[in-house]
Amino acid sequence: MFVLIVGCGRVGSAIAHSMLAEGNEVSVLDEDPEAIALLDRRYAEGWEERGGRFTVGTALEIDALLAAGIDQADAFVASTDGDNTNLVVAQIAKRRFDVDRVVVRVLDPHRARWYAEQGLQTVCPTQTAIELLEAAVRGQIRFEGVSG
Amino acid sequence: MYVLIVGAGKVGWNLARELIAKGHEVTVLESDSRRYAVVEEELEHRVLYGDGSELWVLERAGIERADLVIAVTGDDEDNILISQVAREKYGVSRVVARCNNPRNLEHFELLGVKPAISATDLILRLIEHEVPKYGLVHLLDLPEERLEIIELEVADGSEAAGKRVRELGLPEGSLVISILRDGGGFVPTGESMVHASDEVLLVLDVGIEERVTELFTSGVAPAA
Repeated sequence: MFVLIVGCGRVGSAIAHSMLAEGNEVSVLDEDPEAIALLDRRYAEGWEERGGRFTVGTALEIDALLAAGIDQADAFVASTDGDNTNLVVAQIAKRRFDVDRVVVRVLDPHRARWYAEQGLQTVCPTQTAIELLEAAVRGQIRFEGVSG
Repeated sequence: MYVLIVGAGKVGWNLARELIAKGHEVTVLESDSRRYAVVEEELEHRVLYGDGSELWVLERAGIERADLVIAVTGDDEDNILISQVAREKYGVSRVVARCNNPRNLEHFELLGVKPAISATDLILRLIEHEVPKYGLVHLLDLPEERLEIIELEVADGSEAAGKRVRELGLPEGSLVISILRDGGGFVPTGESMVHASDEVLLVLDVGIEERVTELFTSGVAPAA
């Protein structure tokens, strides 16, 4: 499948890497031209040489989304550092470009919950952290080293 | 009326002032602490410090009882999101959003956020209004109602110059609502005279602008 990832930070770049390794077509969009370094450092030869795509542009620019291949995307990940940007661009992917599978990272649990009720697939790291930490405090789970 | 304004920039602050002067209850939300401190000196308890895209901040500001929410932050994503939750989650019946970058207008429309006001666009219109000799000026478009209000300068030698309003032969669906002359303006009757270099304001149905305009111009294409 063709995966488009908007926002190339720690999260976006890690997903990009796994998706490429699993044999998918992967395209990444970020407003910072330097962000490709996060993708490159995982390979001896570089991200684009390994077949990945990287486009510089902001999430709300239709031209940038098109250049990154949104009209061919089977899956779309919104993982910029802005909750509102992620929520708006995810809705654009869904409603305007009819992308089949849209996943949004939202740090604020309240916004994540409400938009999930509206039909968006939201992933809230904060909520996940709260639940895991609570379980660890209660002694229900125990991590050896880092969670996951 | 209770009005919640998100964003205490120049637009938000001045809107708050105007609405307070008109006797409305107003709360302004501002997320920048320094800006908040400045605005708070004047608006006191009417400005709250907090990020207006956080739902609990909106709730604390009483969004559930707001008659009108105005989203005028400097970020279009924030304005879209605030408008969406105001309308769809909290059932606010009237929501107005500012669109900072005219290129984002299509996103506002796609996500059902309307009316979206593009300041750049409005300022352009005001400039056109202040700078005469610009020909036709759109003062107001009401796309939902399919009406528009335009301003025209009566050209020397045009069909309209020297006629009474009732003699103008205006197409159906148009009406002269004001004549501006010598720094003043009045609401005309059918008997009022239209002179060259007057400015006239008309309300008209969408689509007949061209037929109306040609009565007031002298055959030379307007500059705008």
